[in-house]
Amino acid sequence: MTKKQKNLLIRVLASLAMMIALVLLPLEQVPVLRFVLFLVPYLTAGHDILRKAWKGIRNRQVFDENFLMAVATVGAMALGEYTEGVAVMVFYQIGELFQSYAVGKSRRNITELMDIRPDYANLEEDGEVQRVDPDDVEVGSIIVIQPGEKVPIDGVVVEGTSTMNTSALTGESVPRTVREGEEVLSGSINQDGLLRVRTTKEFDESTASKILELVENASSRKSKSEQFITKFARVYTPAVCYSALALAILGPLGSMLLGGVPSSTALWGDWIYRALTFLVISCPCAIVVSIPLSFFGGLGGASSRGILIKGSNFMETLSKVDTVVFDKTGTITRGNFEVVGVHHNRREEQELLELAALAEMHSTHPIAASLRRAHEALAEGGSASHTGSHTGDGSLCEAENMRAGGLPEGDLTQRTVPCVSEVREVSGKGVIATIDGKEVAVGNSRLMEELGIEAAPCHSTGTIVHVAVDGTYEGHIVIADEIKPGAQEALTALRSAGVQKLVMLTGDLRATAEAVAKEVGITDVRAELLPGDKVAEVEKLLQEQKSGRALAFVGDGINDAPVLARADLGIAMGALGSDAAIEAADVVLMDDDPRGIARAVRIARKCIRIVYENIVFAIGVKLACLLLGALGIANMWLAIFADVGVMVLCVLNAIRALWVRNL
Amino acid sequence: MKKTYKIDVDCANCANKMEEATKNTAGVKDAVVNFMALKMKVEFEEGADVDAVMQEVVKNCKVVEDDCQIFF
Repeated sequence: MTKKQKNLLIRVLASLAMMIALVLLPLEQVPVLRFVLFLVPYLTAGHDILRKAWKGIRNRQVFDENFLMAVATVGAMALGEYTEGVAVMVFYQIGELFQSYAVGKSRRNITELMDIRPDYANLEEDGEVQRVDPDDVEVGSIIVIQPGEKVPIDGVVVEGTSTMNTSALTGESVPRTVREGEEVLSGSINQDGLLRVRTTKEFDESTASKILELVENASSRKSKSEQFITKFARVYTPAVCYSALALAILGPLGSMLLGGVPSSTALWGDWIYRALTFLVISCPCAIVVSIPLSFFGGLGGASSRGILIKGSNFMETLSKVDTVVFDKTGTITRGNFEVVGVHHNRREEQELLELAALAEMHSTHPIAASLRRAHEALAEGGSASHTGSHTGDGSLCEAENMRAGGLPEGDLTQRTVPCVSEVREVSGKGVIATIDGKEVAVGNSRLMEELGIEAAPCHSTGTIVHVAVDGTYEGHIVIADEIKPGAQEALTALRSAGVQKLVMLTGDLRATAEAVAKEVGITDVRAELLPGDKVAEVEKLLQEQKSGRALAFVGDGINDAPVLARADLGIAMGALGSDAAIEAADVVLMDDDPRGIARAVRIARKCIRIVYENIVFAIGVKLACLLLGALGIANMWLAIFADVGVMVLCVLNAIRALWVRNL
Repeated sequence: MKKTYKIDVDCANCANKMEEATKNTAGVKDAVVNFMALKMKVEFEEGADVDAVMQEVVKNCKVVEDDCQIFF
């Protein structure tokens, strides 16, 4: 609690106690003393309101809430309703106090959730380490990160190995290992090893600063509901005030003329009392504060789970999504190729893989990389006598070759270092290499055709790599983009979150695309698309879109900026550290788990539901109380509830938006 | 040109009023007041004297809500 809040609390409690005491005291016989005594709690609670109201009048701010409260309470006092007068003031202040406390509390909560802002950096200069402001660290400096410290600035590890906790950035709790030459992102926490890092960005440009800026700015982009409420508030207060005025004058006049009631102080007093209850209800605080608070909570909660929503308006769009279009690679599939099958003839599976991996040793093609990875994994897992080193330097191999004086025959797996020489790439077809004296051809069916070798056709989908040794066909390896774990679950979750239409776009071959789609359960597949076609497809889908619903496009943020921009909502996945993706998308999933999409939709739905609940509840109760007040059924106590009670309930409801742990 | 300022204000409706007052200040093209983040983003008109405009903004904000502060 701030000092201001504490002061107010003391004042409110004191005047509340005094008020209760005065109600209990038998003061009916001494009206003047009673009035003076009631003035004490009244002024204790409301002197600042009265002062502000006075300033408001001088500035001609008639619909200022202080002014309204002042008129309502002064009016009540003048009518002799001392208890009500004091109570309105006291409860109004309690409401203000609660509001300021709740808002401050959620501000702090969200800052804590987003506790990624580093306070210092350990700058290494001339062998000495100094603790400095991260703002002062230049690009290319060396910083030292001790275990337990937050990485202040993005950079590349130059020395040390450690595991990093990136949960504050991604919501992902599994730590990531980093070693020399790898990138570390600011905001992640170094868990065990000492790291020396060369910074690659300024502090302001680093991930942590960028994310914080994004989250803070998000609530500046106002949603339609917020704009509606702002407009509503602008009309509501004057409307209620004029109605109050009309009630005070026309009410008694109407009764006199139509009802034939004689003019009396009681009659006027009754109608003025009704008018005053109007003024108490006229304050729009409840809705005006609860809507941005809900959005703030929702945005903060989402970012604590690694989902950055770049504005309250996008939160709204996200909640309306009923069509999700995926760009296959990077969202449903990993975007890196994996060996999914080895169909071998005579030789062992491992041997076939080894031959292919060796032949493709120097190739940078993703398919070559996947062959090497698969072989390494198999070699490590299996009982093979040799591990690693195949991808090593060829010269070492040649030296050994000479020492061995030729070409040893026999099973490859019994040798420690196989020899690869005379690697010849056949462009667009494959590689032919000499491995331990045997001519090994690795490539597609066209390569086999060229060499006059009959290749066995394969029924699997994916890229087929055929292997032939010395002109004999040995089998083939099937390589496919690997489907992300959780992809199927993610799509099921999306469907149960109310997303009806799921579409997959890809540049891949139809057969491959359909196989992937079938596995994860998407029926609408549009394959063999060029990047430009993707925009066209999304446009087609946008035309089919029902109004009031939204289409989201999910991409990996690489090369799909135009589509991200064209869709109602662009979602980039696995965007941690990719500025371009963060720039282009409306919603950014920091990790690459596809289940995050459904989670984001659920968070948005919850947030928007709370917003609507608050709008309907607050406006509903206020209108009902206004009606009852006009009819003379509601007294000032009900008016206090309509003002303060509704506000407290709306704020409490709004805070729920922050709770997204189970979504 | 756009600039962001830290502000201090107690109620959400007052923040909206400040936004309106700032928007209506000469030299200001657009303004957004973010009550939750307690920040004000002001877009100035081309060639506007930022300091002078901000003095006016403060004055106008004080009229609609006496209990507010803008730090610049």
